[in-house]
Amino acid sequence: MVEFALPKNSRLIAGKEFPKPEAATRLKQVEIYRWDPDTDENPRIDTFYLDLDHCGPMVLDLIIKIKNEIDPSLTFRRSCREGVCGSCSMNINGKNTLACIKAIDSYEGTIKIYPLPHLDVVKDLVADMNNFYEQYASIEPWIKTNSPAPTNTERLQSKEERKQLDGLYECVLCACCSTSCPSYWWNSDRYLGPATLLQAYRWLVDSRDEVTGDRLDELEDPFKLYRCHTIMNCTDTCPKGLNPAKAIAEIKKMIIVKQEG
Amino acid sequence: MDFKTPLAKVKNLSSANNASSHWWMQRITALALIPLSIWMVIYLKLLLVADYSQIIAWLNEPWNTLLALTWIVMVFYHSALGLQVVIEDYVSTETYKITAIWTVKASCFILALASIIAIFRIMILG
Repeated sequence: MVEFALPKNSRLIAGKEFPKPEAATRLKQVEIYRWDPDTDENPRIDTFYLDLDHCGPMVLDLIIKIKNEIDPSLTFRRSCREGVCGSCSMNINGKNTLACIKAIDSYEGTIKIYPLPHLDVVKDLVADMNNFYEQYASIEPWIKTNSPAPTNTERLQSKEERKQLDGLYECVLCACCSTSCPSYWWNSDRYLGPATLLQAYRWLVDSRDEVTGDRLDELEDPFKLYRCHTIMNCTDTCPKGLNPAKAIAEIKKMIIVKQEG
Repeated sequence: MDFKTPLAKVKNLSSANNASSHWWMQRITALALIPLSIWMVIYLKLLLVADYSQIIAWLNEPWNTLLALTWIVMVFYHSALGLQVVIEDYVSTETYKITAIWTVKASCFILALASIIAIFRIMILG
């Protein structure tokens, strides 16, 4: 059954408060979720203060500064720092986003940073993404063909056919959308979630792929696809400005056309 | 102990291949219920002021009979489909889930049948 309250060992307790930097004119208060698997302690909220005159412009800069200068035990994922790797996805002031492309200035007052919602926490801001990646693998996200490859050229695509993939190929699999979806919170063991379904649609509309029908058959399931109730949190939260809700609606339309058309 | 791989868990029992008609009929019945329910509200308002014989005469008009029966079928079909989705969302224990869904389906079927029989009874017996 659905659990509406957090288990006892997941309830938040007050954490440490680190001292304010001296002579700071632009002081920023940051509260960060901390949990260490090596202790038996409950997760806690630590409070940090930063001088924005000595900090880069993005939320990721701020977190890196904390790790470098205040608390080296703070744990998070990051890599490209320009929104193409999808590593630094986290919940900032109640909304999932990529810390590296979110400006500190876009938040008034205290910044509150949590790991992505409703995933198991590995440590601090690092969430367990295994199930998410396996769901992506389960839709077999690669081109599948029976026709032999042309000998001297690539598999050709017209400009119009290529245009179909715009708004889909940009997805970096940061999981912001899937972990913002209440349907995914309740049923992530069976519902594929918006990120994986957007990727599924990316292969459904690829003109070079030859197993579109089989892909549709594999998705036609009350849980894999139809747990989407068009809540639209996915589209609202996507840090890359993509529209997974529309992709899911298009898949539903393709299945109806296949059966009724 | 659980040595199943994450991919095996995700793939689970593969696709059930029967979900699109549920989704599609939910939309069809919802669309049909917009005009039908407006018509029904007008009828229910009539019930407040008309006497019994007037209601019987009104219901005996062929179009009214047809629309009343259609409304009943659509309402209970739509309710069964909608409640099934709510149960699937929030109940994950398979035995509870399947029991609850079939209880809803049977209840809606019986309620629809009872309403249809009631309409024919008051039309024929008065």
